[in-house]
Amino acid sequence: MYERGWRRYAILALFLGPSLLGMLVFTVGPIVASFGLSFTNWDLLTPARFVGASNYARMLSDAEFWRTLRNTVSFLVGYVPLVITAGLLVAVLLNARIPFMAFFRATYFLPVVTSWVAVALIWRWLFNPAYGVVNTVLGAIGVSGPAWLFDPNWAMPAVILTSVWKDTGFVMVILLAGLQNIPREYYEAASIDGANALDGLRFITIPLLAPSLVFALSISLINSFQVFDQVYVMTEGGPAGATMVLVERIVAHAFSYSRMGHASAMSWVLFALIFVTTVSFYQLRRLRS
Amino acid sequence: MKPPPVPSLVTPLPMAAPDRTAVAARALRRVRLSWRTGLVLALIVAGAMVMITPFAWAVATSLKPRGAMLVLPPEFLPSEPTLDAYRQVVSRFPFARVFANSVLVAAATVLGQLVVCSMAGYAFARLEFFGRNTLFVLYVSTLMVPFAVVVTPLFIIVSRFGWTDSYLGLIVPGIFSAFGTFFMRQFFLSIPRELEEAATIDGAGTVATFFRIIVPLAGPAFATLGVLAFMGTWNSFLWPLLIISNRQLMTLPVALSTLQGLYPGQTQWNIVMAGTVLATIPTLIVFVLAQRWIIEGVAGSGVKG
Repeated sequence: MYERGWRRYAILALFLGPSLLGMLVFTVGPIVASFGLSFTNWDLLTPARFVGASNYARMLSDAEFWRTLRNTVSFLVGYVPLVITAGLLVAVLLNARIPFMAFFRATYFLPVVTSWVAVALIWRWLFNPAYGVVNTVLGAIGVSGPAWLFDPNWAMPAVILTSVWKDTGFVMVILLAGLQNIPREYYEAASIDGANALDGLRFITIPLLAPSLVFALSISLINSFQVFDQVYVMTEGGPAGATMVLVERIVAHAFSYSRMGHASAMSWVLFALIFVTTVSFYQLRRLRS
Repeated sequence: MKPPPVPSLVTPLPMAAPDRTAVAARALRRVRLSWRTGLVLALIVAGAMVMITPFAWAVATSLKPRGAMLVLPPEFLPSEPTLDAYRQVVSRFPFARVFANSVLVAAATVLGQLVVCSMAGYAFARLEFFGRNTLFVLYVSTLMVPFAVVVTPLFIIVSRFGWTDSYLGLIVPGIFSAFGTFFMRQFFLSIPRELEEAATIDGAGTVATFFRIIVPLAGPAFATLGVLAFMGTWNSFLWPLLIISNRQLMTLPVALSTLQGLYPGQTQWNIVMAGTVLATIPTLIVFVLAQRWIIEGVAGSGVKG
């Protein structure tokens, strides 16, 4: 800082002021307010009433909340391993000096830049039980496909498959960046010493790719706790609540049922889950290094 | 007389007859190598087909006349291609207006973020003030908070401002990005201080240094933050869904999501797919033009937009 006296503060206000004000009004303020609201009952019409921790206590015995949590976890359990495996596979394949690599990379990345609404609509059509491509292809190999989004058992798998299709390219670019940082000489040296491709994968690729893998894994986990757009467009939580997930329920309670306190309390449970995930990954990374 | 031959220190090896097995092994290895490349290529092409087919199917459906989708087995290529579905989307829905809304909101948000975040990022990187590190930690820690926590009070605040169903409500809350501030700060820290010190010696103040020395150097950082902010705003769904109910102010994703409910009873998939194709074309153009920035930005930050 080169100025002195009041000019110093004027310049600081000019540079930081707008951002600080915006962060206070649109981020920090709402965070504090949401925490406060989670201890009240508020329907927007009558004044908010302080109810202590009863919103949190009630959640423990609320069947819908547990169902929502279970659905969110089953999305995560299906989505995360599949998207990481698919992303890793594509990244390894694209890293193997092949022609048109940039073209293929762009192709796999295309669903990532497409809006979730467009993708969800396309896949709703693909998963159409009678006229959809998915069941037509399954029928061609002699499998009679389920009703997918209309079947409580198959709606979540359909949402998971759609999400994996959309995000494979996302995981792929993170891992590909990591792979390209591994010097090719390592593999050449290993192959001179008689290592085969599988040894290379096990002793060079996986250990050196670990930071990128952990990064992709933690982001996929955090994102899957917050799954919303695809569920809202594809199923709206249905059929029969089979795809109700945390953010979808938070939005429904706040904006359809005007239960601001309950919605806020649920959002802090979501935050707690994300916080624990983030901190454990941070600790994991510290342990490794 | 010829001098006697100097005894060679190295015993000359008898000229080896070409080892046929070695040559064969080498050739075989080359074949196997290209065989492996072929396998890799085949797998990649198969995967790419999985990525492309849904888009192709959307385009094919959008070109079919009403009723032609409900044929068993479904035909991939429309036998009588028609632009009818596109005409219907454009006539029943203010598509041009919705598209213009998306462009305006995305452009204003990107511009606002670049200005606000770069100035705040510079303050955190170079200006010295009381509590700087604490404040920066506070900024970064808000990144962990999911939008679902913020959304209810944010909606109430924006309603109190009278900004529901307005461009202000769509644009202003998106401008103040903790991620953008963090991103720009990291970039400014990587610029050697000597450049700014030289400017100070020449008598330039902080403002002049920032705009004349720093901003011209920040092109790549601006490009990366710009494309991430653009993608985030362009594809944003939940926030515009909540604060906009007037069709004239809807952005593309929100308008698109209403298409499936526009036709009671049977969803007319050729029309919905025509809308989807129209909404996706601009994204595709931006992606082709800015591919490098987008992929590097996403790979480096883990932000999907």
